[in-house]
Amino acid sequence: MSTPLRTPSPPPDQPRSNPDVRLSVEQASYVYAPNPSQAPLFTLEALSFQAKPGEIVAILGPNASGKSTLLKLISGALEPLSGRVFLNGFATHSLPPKIRAQRIALVQQESRLLFPSRAWEFVLQGRHAYNRRLHFESEKDINIAKNALAQVGATHLVERWMDQISGGEKQRVILARALAQQPLLLLLDEPTLHLDIGAQVDLLDSLRHLVAVNRYTVIVVTHELNLVGEYADQVVLLQKGKCLRVGSPASVYQRELLEQVFQAPLTVEMTVAGRPRVTLLGKS
Amino acid sequence: MRPLTLGRLLLRCSLLAVILFLVVVIALKLGAVQVSLYGLGRDLIRVLLGQSSAISSDYGMIVVDIRLPRILLAIVVGASLSVAGASFQALLRNPLADPYVLGVSSGAAVGAILGLILENQLSLPPEFAGFITPLGAFLGAAVTIGAVYVLGRREGQIDSSTLLLAGIISASFLSAIITFLMSTLTGGNLRGAPFWLMGSLSTLPPKSLLYLIGIGFLIAAAAIYTTASDLNLLLAGEREAMHLGVDVPRVRIVVYLAASILTGLAVAVSGAIGYVGLLVPHVMRFLFGSDHRVLLPTSAFGGAIALVVADTIARTVVAPSEISVGAVTAIVGAPFFIYLLRRRLS
Repeated sequence: MSTPLRTPSPPPDQPRSNPDVRLSVEQASYVYAPNPSQAPLFTLEALSFQAKPGEIVAILGPNASGKSTLLKLISGALEPLSGRVFLNGFATHSLPPKIRAQRIALVQQESRLLFPSRAWEFVLQGRHAYNRRLHFESEKDINIAKNALAQVGATHLVERWMDQISGGEKQRVILARALAQQPLLLLLDEPTLHLDIGAQVDLLDSLRHLVAVNRYTVIVVTHELNLVGEYADQVVLLQKGKCLRVGSPASVYQRELLEQVFQAPLTVEMTVAGRPRVTLLGKS
Repeated sequence: MRPLTLGRLLLRCSLLAVILFLVVVIALKLGAVQVSLYGLGRDLIRVLLGQSSAISSDYGMIVVDIRLPRILLAIVVGASLSVAGASFQALLRNPLADPYVLGVSSGAAVGAILGLILENQLSLPPEFAGFITPLGAFLGAAVTIGAVYVLGRREGQIDSSTLLLAGIISASFLSAIITFLMSTLTGGNLRGAPFWLMGSLSTLPPKSLLYLIGIGFLIAAAAIYTTASDLNLLLAGEREAMHLGVDVPRVRIVVYLAASILTGLAVAVSGAIGYVGLLVPHVMRFLFGSDHRVLLPTSAFGGAIALVVADTIARTVVAPSEISVGAVTAIVGAPFFIYLLRRRLS
């Protein structure tokens, strides 16, 4: 672990009202419809929340609750139908691609690879947004990539082929590529989906450490109740396109609410650290 | 970590350039008429010095006026098809994509034939007339790849097998159109159906067309090369590429148009030569890795080498007669396609 990866000095022209707030979702909504005359297939109702530097926000909900849609609105891949999503005062949707990639990094469920590449080549892709069109990677890019791999504890994987490493190792390299983008906002889409329990905890522990060091704002989409309870600072609870609650895990994790949202009997207890822990009960 | 540097890129390209030079020398020597290496070297130096008039021997005439232009044509066509193939593979995210397999070459051939028919009807001044055929070929290529792209989608996503089926069906349909056009219309300089269907380098196009495909290749290949590092990221998927800072719509339109130009120009002068665009990029990927900053230029050299070799085989194995060069590339390329398909399925 050497120097912190990024220098989060914002451009001087930045219109920031509140320096504490990095991400601000303001009454953002979205509708999927095959064409305007037909009934919409899915609606994400207007919702709002804010996130500070160094905060981990979990978007929690069962399948088809609108988690991925919300993530796409935040990432700027979709333009909100109404409302806005601001990152440091700029609407994420209207950022030019390169600027957006310098500020927002996405770690997806899985990266499909058409042709094999080595881990270092993969991490260097994170530097694309910082380089001109016809470029070769500079010494600086290489150092940042090495540093990113070190920060996720994956230095030993540098020469390995991406299709020959385990799911947990691969997830770390993908995270390293996102760190190489030196983002302000780190988006994780179901990062623990294909990982076993040990790898899940490893990944989230290193994430928590990285957030503390580099002051990223992290948005993580998941349905892992207990991981959210343990690691998140804020929870956005979604069900069928509606935002039911925004708040700390302790305030959102109420037994009746979670049972209704996830359609499963469960109990919630508080740990000594003030973190909620959920236990599933059989339906019989 | 051994990231790409300019030096390493140039080293690889110069290695291939040397191989290309050797292949060209051998191709110049081989043929129905035997030429000595010494005579060949002497004549070539004279051509390079601009003293073509000093070449007196009949053998020199054969080499300089017949074999050399044909080899240069093979170089440009081979390079165009390979760069187009590598581009289609990245654009469609399908390792089996190739202008011929996807029916794009056949579409270009239909466009070229329609252009030829139009040319005969219009009686344009000769300096414009020659450009209708390549323009038609470009439009034919662009329309076909657009159609295959639309037909190859399932639920809004490009589906690999659907795309290939759409391409193969288009190729078969367009080949039927070519056969139909060739058997119903016979005009001044319409070449036969075998030329368009299989491809051949045996008849040299007019000089203006030769310049056009040379310049067209340079411009289109340069345009694609500006997107080389974007294409690396595009292979992982459009959403991911966008989040890494790729302007996906811009890259798509540049590569789509430039690859259509490359295919159209190649087909306008040589018909639908298959599998070069499939085979060469794969060999280059195996040798030098899948970074498009290396893959695109090495594929250009590799395609030139491959087509010069294939054409030399085409005109020597049954000398003094010859077979069409598309038959040679298909004999090598089709089994390779099957091999890639099997490997993907496993």
